[in-house]
Amino acid sequence: MSKKVAIVGIGYSGFRTTSTDVSYREMIYEAATKCYEDAGGIHPQSIDSFVASSEDFMEGISIADEYVPDQLGAVLKPVQSIAGDSLQGLASALMQIKTGQFDVVAASAFSKISNLSSYENVLSYATDPAYIRPFQENPYFIAGLEMNRYLYETGTSREQCAKVVIKNRYNALKNPTAIYGAKIDMDDILNAPPLCKPLGEFDKSGHLDGAIVLLLASEDKARELTDHPIWITGLGWATDTPNLDSRTDTLGSARYAELAAQKAYSMAGINTPYNEIDFAEIDDTFSYKELQHIEALKLCGPGEAGELLDLGSFAPAGDLPVNVSGGSLGVGYLHEANGLHRVLETVLQLRGEAGPRQLPGVETGLAFAWRGVPTTTGTAIILSNKS
Amino acid sequence: MKEKVQVSGGTGLSAKDVSSGKIFVTDDSLDCAYAWDTGVAVNRYLAELKNGRIIATECRKCKRIMLPPRLFCELCYVPSNNWVYVQDTGVINTFSICHVHWDASRIGEGEKPHLPAVIEIDGASEGMGIMHLLNEVEPDQIKIGMKVKAVWKPEAERTGSINDIKYFKPIE
Amino acid sequence: MRKVAMVGAGMTKFVRRALETPKELSYEAAKTTLDSCGLSLDDVDCVAHGTAPDAFDGIHQNGEYMACGSGGWNKPTMRVFVGGATGVHAIAHGWYHVASGLFDTCLVVCEEKMSSAMPHAQGFFLTIFDSITERPLQPNLLWIFALEMNRYMERYGYTKEDMALAAVNNKRNGLKHPASQFTDEVTVDDVVNSEMMAYPVSRLDVSPVSDGAAAVLLAAEPVARRLTDKPVWIEGVGWTLDTAYWATRDLSYPRYLDKAARMAYDMAGIREPHKQIDIAEPYDPFDYKALHHLEGLQLSPRGKTVELLRDGHFAMDGNMPMCPSGGLLGVGNPIAAAGTMKACELFWQLRGEAGERQVPGNPRLGVAQAWGDLMQVSSVVVAGI
Ligand SMILES: [Zn+2]
Repeated sequence: MSKKVAIVGIGYSGFRTTSTDVSYREMIYEAATKCYEDAGGIHPQSIDSFVASSEDFMEGISIADEYVPDQLGAVLKPVQSIAGDSLQGLASALMQIKTGQFDVVAASAFSKISNLSSYENVLSYATDPAYIRPFQENPYFIAGLEMNRYLYETGTSREQCAKVVIKNRYNALKNPTAIYGAKIDMDDILNAPPLCKPLGEFDKSGHLDGAIVLLLASEDKARELTDHPIWITGLGWATDTPNLDSRTDTLGSARYAELAAQKAYSMAGINTPYNEIDFAEIDDTFSYKELQHIEALKLCGPGEAGELLDLGSFAPAGDLPVNVSGGSLGVGYLHEANGLHRVLETVLQLRGEAGPRQLPGVETGLAFAWRGVPTTTGTAIILSNKS
Repeated sequence: MKEKVQVSGGTGLSAKDVSSGKIFVTDDSLDCAYAWDTGVAVNRYLAELKNGRIIATECRKCKRIMLPPRLFCELCYVPSNNWVYVQDTGVINTFSICHVHWDASRIGEGEKPHLPAVIEIDGASEGMGIMHLLNEVEPDQIKIGMKVKAVWKPEAERTGSINDIKYFKPIE
Repeated sequence: MRKVAMVGAGMTKFVRRALETPKELSYEAAKTTLDSCGLSLDDVDCVAHGTAPDAFDGIHQNGEYMACGSGGWNKPTMRVFVGGATGVHAIAHGWYHVASGLFDTCLVVCEEKMSSAMPHAQGFFLTIFDSITERPLQPNLLWIFALEMNRYMERYGYTKEDMALAAVNNKRNGLKHPASQFTDEVTVDDVVNSEMMAYPVSRLDVSPVSDGAAAVLLAAEPVARRLTDKPVWIEGVGWTLDTAYWATRDLSYPRYLDKAARMAYDMAGIREPHKQIDIAEPYDPFDYKALHHLEGLQLSPRGKTVELLRDGHFAMDGNMPMCPSGGLLGVGNPIAAAGTMKACELFWQLRGEAGERQVPGNPRLGVAQAWGDLMQVSSVVVAGI
């Protein structure tokens, strides 16, 4: 496992609530072109393999992997799709390179959520057809159950969850790609219409269209393609049970995050994450998720995240800045492209290219993605600009 | 030679198992609605179909004239924004005579079979075909290599859709 | 490179409509596989999972739903997806999990339950076509295969009788497979005279939609040697996707498979596949596809396959037995599971454990292949003992 792998190219397009001017093909073409330019102008014919991440129902296309190759320049190349978050797709690209059979692999994902007019229905089709679906509940109810249990188990307050929203949307004001940047008050959040109590309207992130393509390369190839390779030092993913009724012991925690992080930390040789990680981009699909994930990722003790948030530890100037980009609450929710978005932001910080939101002197970053309700799958990645 | 093939599970059911109520079934009809953005290239393609014309794009590098039109050449990986009109005639690359509907139900007695074909459009690069339907021809008369021409809907009925061409029919 | 072997295999029966849920089918295949090599789920480091379109099951994020059935609970589990080619590709997907050094063992589980789709799974294939430029024509899945079959036959002057020979061969082999859903032999006449679906495709040219699951356990070299004295090594893997503009391609030759096969043979160090490979499991959802794929796999010269088939070259006692399992035509076609079934067959055949349908002469090298999407993707696994 000596083979080192780096991210050598990044490209994206979109990050808007609608994108009626372009097809998904054209949107991905733009992101891929930018990515290949960023990686020293590599031609896709020189890329060994391509991994996309998608789910059929999101696109309204069965076997949506059919439509992957053309816009990536991947015709007659090894191309595959991962039915998962794009950070799992990136894991697949990483494994391919580590076998020694591939030197350069692209990972891509996109969201055209604006084209799907029945998102809640689709989401409900992810629940068990015999046990859960007959209730005909909006699947956000699972987030309500989780949040309530998390608050109960840890003593975290409703207000502390609201502070996540305030922080991330404020951070987003410094991110030109973020469209949900805002300065909002605690009262706005607490008085917002409830979604699935205790979850309110402001606790959930808003949808976004966009495409992201990243390029990974083996060590030799990375040094050839770029002057600023960002090394993948650790990666792990895990799935808890999809059965809601088997989750009584993990509804309040995020065991998938804990298991994923364990694997990533052990690969990266990290023993004390809180000390060794400089900043993190962590799933905040819902406000409580950021706090729950911070704890599961062992960036603090159980039940301590809310208190540390109060102390400003997770602010851009804090000890462990979390979601300086604005996260999903501030930038928007890119569905299966979320994972790559978090990596994109982490890479920008580690390259020193994050503009007004740049953190000083950062060397090691953590990105963590979760697939949203009703899933229990998470992926963690450790990135570093030090070789 | 001993067999060690491991097989277990896979309990077959008959239609009667279900209809007799021996097996319970949870019914659900999926309700998903989409409105796909056509984008730059296909939007122009549809707009020209509404005008009764077929338009393609040419790659400035490999010179392929491509159908359906696309904003970029997927092989050269460069933008291909040179628009060219092609003919509404072509050659049958391959065809089928299909006796079942899209949902696998058989077509009714006396109903005509569907006649899908890949048609290489004149004026586009060699091998550039589109899928469409044939008509005004006896199924057993269709041959690969036959020349065909588009039969358009009347202008007022066109909506900017691949169905603005009703079908292709043999010529000469 | 780290060597990876198949050390266990198992599957369910392939049936028209299964009592079991997708999770239960996955469980049966996974458990049988673990039992076959005396392991428990605790010995499994990760799960590689495959299933084709979610629309069949009507379940969004089907991989998540299936995770506990396939043994993925509290483990790294990842679902891969290349349409009909998923079943063999999942072996490649599992291979890089282990070959990368990240994991020592990987349980590969593929499942398909097609009977849940009403009134017929085929209806859901409408949604595989381009949503703007093709779907308004109300195409059905058979169209593209009929179009491809017609082009292939026209190119080499093949007849429907020629194509039917492949169905007869595979269905005969399948009668000896304990998971098969068939009990009767068919003749060329039976195939040619069966109900016409979409010329040139008749009912018996097509494999049946089915429910089922299949699995294999992959292990890194030291673990594999500890578990069995007959590991079946993954010698090479390959996969390739062609353009989605399928109507612009030469339908008479599967160049996507040409490239995928060469990738796998290169990795395996195979220079003359037609001489070196002992058994072939080309993907055969339609009879013509078995022949088309033998050409793409470089196991038969283009346009000469029917001649070789008639000469008995691809028979069980021929030089290169084709689909000793019976293939999709002979066992059944639960899409992703059917591809993995082919990998299981290599495992049993190369270990000499295939019983009644054992290929004679101690086969040492086999190839399994699957295909899918808009006739544009192939995945290939070369395995050896
Ligand atoms: Zn070109």
